[in-house]
Amino acid sequence: MTFPKVRVPYLLLLPGFAFLFTFFILPIINLAQTSTQTPIAGGDTGEYEQTLAFSNYIQAFVENREQFGRSFLYATLATLLALAIAYPLAYAIAFKSGKYKNILLVLVVAPFFTSFILRTVAWKQILGEEGFVVPGLRALNIIGEQTTLTSTSVAVVAGMTYNFLPFMTLPLYASLERIDPRTIEAAGDLYANGLTAFRRVTVPLSMPGVVAGTLLTFIPAAGDYVNAAILGSPNTKMIGNVIESRYFKIVDYPTASALSFTLMVAILILVTLYIRKAGTEKLV
Amino acid sequence: MSQKIQDASIPTIPLNARFSRWFGRNMLRIYMIFGFTYLFIPVAYTFAFSFNDSGKSNLIWKGFTLSNWQNPCGAPEVCNALGNSIKIGLLATIFSTILGTMIAFAIGRYKFKGRSSSNLLIFLPMATPEIVLGASLLSLFLVFSINPGFWPTVIAHVVFCISFVVVTVKARIASLDPRLEQAAMDLYANEFETFRRVTLPLVAPGIAGAALLAFSLSFDDFIITNFNSGTLITFPKFVYISAARGIPAQANVIASAMFFLALAIVIVAQLVSRRKAR
Repeated sequence: MTFPKVRVPYLLLLPGFAFLFTFFILPIINLAQTSTQTPIAGGDTGEYEQTLAFSNYIQAFVENREQFGRSFLYATLATLLALAIAYPLAYAIAFKSGKYKNILLVLVVAPFFTSFILRTVAWKQILGEEGFVVPGLRALNIIGEQTTLTSTSVAVVAGMTYNFLPFMTLPLYASLERIDPRTIEAAGDLYANGLTAFRRVTVPLSMPGVVAGTLLTFIPAAGDYVNAAILGSPNTKMIGNVIESRYFKIVDYPTASALSFTLMVAILILVTLYIRKAGTEKLV
Repeated sequence: MSQKIQDASIPTIPLNARFSRWFGRNMLRIYMIFGFTYLFIPVAYTFAFSFNDSGKSNLIWKGFTLSNWQNPCGAPEVCNALGNSIKIGLLATIFSTILGTMIAFAIGRYKFKGRSSSNLLIFLPMATPEIVLGASLLSLFLVFSINPGFWPTVIAHVVFCISFVVVTVKARIASLDPRLEQAAMDLYANEFETFRRVTLPLVAPGIAGAALLAFSLSFDDFIITNFNSGTLITFPKFVYISAARGIPAQANVIASAMFFLALAIVIVAQLVSRRKAR
């Protein structure tokens, strides 16, 4: 090696970090700058000047507090549902699948390979008026003539739960699989019954997976707008839908930036508190 | 002897306890069947409707046909969109795998000043919702009067793929047995040779996995792409746009084909690594 050894890690980091600085940090700084701009008097649509209008934030938040609330509510619900569905699934794959473990693991990821938008549209068609579920349920008198399954908040939350399920299952599996079965046997030797051993040994040992899985589900879910756009109605709009339309339909960059920045900061604060609380700082 | 004890002990367990134990054991298996059914319902639906003789809008089952599979590019734009997605995916995979692997080696192998802030910089893009990544990049491109399109999309994909590559490769590096490298050094391999002949081959499966992950993340991305691609159409964008007026069955053909292709790649990779392990 021609360069001193101390420099090796920095040289390895340099290209990647230069890239991330230019295309991740700078854009975020620029986003913060744009968020306090106001329209130029007499200018064209989409022309803005820096006026340090922090009132943009208050206005953006007050106008869209409903969508903000909905984003965090839907994301929380979808995360809890995904956790409830994925935990037994990951547990079964880790402990009860024997030699089929790898195949089952591949099957968890496999739906990923079909375009996620196409899968969401498929749900819409399966649960929609022309699908077979709604007429079937109506024929059995389980739901009334007026009840629909799509265009509701239930459909949006269900869609998000479905789409982010592999993100929850994989980290859960990874941490469950790492548990030494002897620790569970030891609990049994110490007269713990199955439930106690599960509650006191398996669950605490799987916490890193729970933390990683909930984060990998909650973060994309809170910023998602595709599920709400395909499966929802105007009454289920999330903050992502607002940001998207502010950018493309209204060309209101400052408000869109203020909303994006608020969303990012809110998520970062939540994530930090959550990781502190869960006590696993060694996530990455 | 132990067999005898076991035989003798079975009748002493009450029947309902035995049943509940059986149920407890198989409940998870039954659950697994339900779980996988749930995961695969829309995939099966997509596959089934790729054979629909539907004309333009693929909403209602009208009859079985193979013509969509015989002519996957039959719908306007669909293969163009697929081609763009593959090109963007490959470029994003190459760049993010190279940059991410270098970072993973730096963080996974060296102790240096600023290591924990480096970890933070890797974590941040993962903790940022896609819409914020996409929107902030778009505003940067607008400031520098760069038109959204092919390369801005590639750049945007590299941004969110890097972190996933780093995490995947780092996990592999952390699981290496340090004694293997020490052994190579003991056998008079210098640092570079040790890296090339021992470390890199051992980390290679992790890098391959990371590349596969990066490609599938890039290929399936919609939100960031939508912000940075301008008029360029990618496959997910094509599906999203045509969802309003009906998705042509050719999109189902392509998605199904991708599904089976990816499944085949993963299974072959599994078989190869199992054979190697033997």
